[in-house]
Amino acid sequence: MSDHRLFELRRLTVRFGSHVAVDSLDLQVDRGETVAVVGESGSGKSVSALGALGLLPAGADIEGERRFDGRDLGEFSPRQWNALRGGRIGFVFQEPMTSLNPLHSVGKQLGETLRLHQGLRGQAAKGRIRELLTQVKLPRVDELMAAWPHQLSGGQRQRVMIAMAIANDPQLLIADEPTTALDVTVQREILALLDDLRDRYGMGLLLISHDLNLVRRHADRVVVMRHGECVEAGPTTDVFDTPQNAYTRQLIDAIPAGRPLPVPENAATLLSANDVGITFARPKPFLRPRPPAFVAVEPLSLQLREGETLGVVGESGSGKSTLAAALIRLLPASGEIHFDGLRLDSLSGNALRRQRRGFQIVFQDPYGSLSPRMPVADIISEGLRFHHPELDASIVTERIAEALREVDLPPDCGHRYPHEFSGGQRQRIAIARALILKPRLLVLDEPTSALDRTVQKQLIELLRSVQARHGLSYLFISHDLAVVRAMAHRILVLKEGKVVEQGQCETLLEAPRSAYTRALIDASSLA
Amino acid sequence: MTSSRRRHLSPITQRRLHVFRGNRRAVWSLWIFGVLFIVSLGAELIANDKPIVMQYDGHWYVPLLVDYPETEFDGFLPTTTDYRDPVVFEQIADNGWMLWPPVPFSYQTLDRDVKGPVPSPPGSRHWLGTDDQGRDVFARVLYGFRLSVAFALALTVGSIFLGVVIGGVQGYFGGKVDLIGQRVIEIWSGLPVLFLLIILASLVEPNIWWLLGIMLLFSWLGLVDIVRAEFLRARNLEYVRAARAMGLPSRLIMRRHVLPNAMVATLTFIPFLFTGAITTLTALDFLGFGLPPGSPSLGELVAQGKNNLQAPWLGVTAFITLSLMLSLLVFIGEGLRDAFDPRHILTATRIPNPPAAGSQAPANRPRQDSLP
Repeated sequence: MSDHRLFELRRLTVRFGSHVAVDSLDLQVDRGETVAVVGESGSGKSVSALGALGLLPAGADIEGERRFDGRDLGEFSPRQWNALRGGRIGFVFQEPMTSLNPLHSVGKQLGETLRLHQGLRGQAAKGRIRELLTQVKLPRVDELMAAWPHQLSGGQRQRVMIAMAIANDPQLLIADEPTTALDVTVQREILALLDDLRDRYGMGLLLISHDLNLVRRHADRVVVMRHGECVEAGPTTDVFDTPQNAYTRQLIDAIPAGRPLPVPENAATLLSANDVGITFARPKPFLRPRPPAFVAVEPLSLQLREGETLGVVGESGSGKSTLAAALIRLLPASGEIHFDGLRLDSLSGNALRRQRRGFQIVFQDPYGSLSPRMPVADIISEGLRFHHPELDASIVTERIAEALREVDLPPDCGHRYPHEFSGGQRQRIAIARALILKPRLLVLDEPTSALDRTVQKQLIELLRSVQARHGLSYLFISHDLAVVRAMAHRILVLKEGKVVEQGQCETLLEAPRSAYTRALIDASSLA
Repeated sequence: MTSSRRRHLSPITQRRLHVFRGNRRAVWSLWIFGVLFIVSLGAELIANDKPIVMQYDGHWYVPLLVDYPETEFDGFLPTTTDYRDPVVFEQIADNGWMLWPPVPFSYQTLDRDVKGPVPSPPGSRHWLGTDDQGRDVFARVLYGFRLSVAFALALTVGSIFLGVVIGGVQGYFGGKVDLIGQRVIEIWSGLPVLFLLIILASLVEPNIWWLLGIMLLFSWLGLVDIVRAEFLRARNLEYVRAARAMGLPSRLIMRRHVLPNAMVATLTFIPFLFTGAITTLTALDFLGFGLPPGSPSLGELVAQGKNNLQAPWLGVTAFITLSLMLSLLVFIGEGLRDAFDPRHILTATRIPNPPAAGSQAPANRPRQDSLP
């Protein structure tokens, strides 16, 4: 075929035992082109890229034709593979925390690739490392070369990973969810960098992502995958403007829509916090004075009315989750917290535990928040059985079924274990566990962040309908403004523990007063 | 039946059982050890110096359970009957019958009718010979095995209880509790156990309870580190935080949510505690600081074997018994360890997990959000 064709997969099939992870996938990447593979989790995106380059564990069974730069990869010897990977094909993985070896400095890790593939040593290698780090737009290059991975931020680490990937002038760069673990504002910078590098070196870029918003902005062509199969492929604009496949349409439409119901004018204040601040003491060094405490959240005040949703937004490390945990007394904090006419901050021990059924929390990770050793019915009813020991078994069973119906799960699934459910279903179980206590305030700590867009949308609708039925108040924590807009009446923007601004959702999103809020809005798919 | 029982076992437990069952050596060892222990529990029915049941003058007697004075059988002494006494034996044989256990000696029966000098070699009268006091070696091994295993069992259960409670409290609460607890444990573990036992032996007459108590003071230390680490890890898991947010008190959270995590590490530690307890008891008996003289003990048998090299059946019996017991325990322990090893579980089940790089692992997701 033409000289432009760089990488080609034909009828690629990957099997793990009897499980087919990828089913006859066709894919081409040309020089200077970005091809995106999109799909929900479990659709086989990563497995297909790893499988094509022989990076899967021994149990995997790979069939089909794989060609790179006109050569058949199926005939490669292990030595040729090693020259190819990291040499002519560069990788950027999702998790910048674990992709760098924590025991080697940045300069040493980059030097290793250069030595292995190009035989560069000493000053020549050093010069090249400096050049690479400058190319990925890292500041203070000389200091960075001696830095250890843990001293870098997530975005900086990902830049180092990209520097390693392009160190040997690869013709193809494979980026597997390169920005998923990063903050929204950093995501944009990293992708702009990838675009820039692709144009400068004429590389092919294979971008694997679940984020359609991002794909739409950066990819030339798109391959949509579902259950290991390609459901649609074509130029980005065609796929997004005139999707042929129902599933693609569903994916594109899965942007959280709708607005929360208005709060009644006369709603009473349910939760109010006055000057709530959270600090963490730092360890005292030997024979030296203790350094000042780390301020996680500077004293702030907030109010939440009955039936109202307050969205707390900010990047990771801004103190959102810490604030939420402090408001429901899971962390010690200074200041006053009033809940339903009670001073929460002065309660402790049993008195506090008895109040806890009034305010519940749903965590981010649907895989970690359910005890893997308990059947669902036990998980849901645990709080109920503790707070109301007088209820007999039949009433408890009834309340469990009721809670499951409330979150649109079949009421007879109580005997199953959490691992039998998908992420979205688990999050519903976590919500049912909170709702069974009939709380008046529900703290939602990034409840949708770990879920696919389509599932996210369903969950938001569920939360809204629960709020409408019971007049619950939500404290909704998220970094994703698209989700927050669909949920919140008011928004509080946090940055490094300080309130940047707060106000009504609509007005704040339309006319943000701070540059930080504007950056958050730009980075989300609100446009 | 099985399906309803299976439902109570979490899938991971089922997988572990499956892996354990796949290890034939461990399963066989568990069976053999279990049978041996159960048999040894009925040692009184197998080797005893009293008949199990007897009839005399038309009346039924159960000497195994009840002590009858000799006057009951027309003897002169008001003391407990010695059924092995030829006079009594004849008297009862003339007026009724006795059912003897297969080995008519208990662990402390001195056989005065043995032919030749003691220790006497194995023969039809004494299957494994006698020791240097004319006591039947088989009976002593049987009772000694039972005592060792029972001792080890009690010590293990006690250690697990102490270790889990202390390690759990340290790990769950962390902070000052943990700091102080760890320092105390460091000092405590510095105390020399053997010396304490030797000093004790000169102060009081050591019996099995004293030994158990002293060893219990130290044997839980090894467990604390493991349990503490598990609790430290688990206390910040989200489902533990969720339980705290639900208002559950600490003791319930620890028991229901954190303890099951720590039990895995604890279970793999059990065989080591067990073998450790058996060897320590044997070593103390060998040195003469263990159980009171006359008790059936494997360590004492080893000592006798050492002192009577002309009677190799003593040493050989002790060696075979101990090595068999410890090997079986080690095999069971290996099986347990493998069953709880996550890597073994993965390779032993159907689908290998795709690599960590793609955290969207397809094989991990049994179903999509297909429910309404």
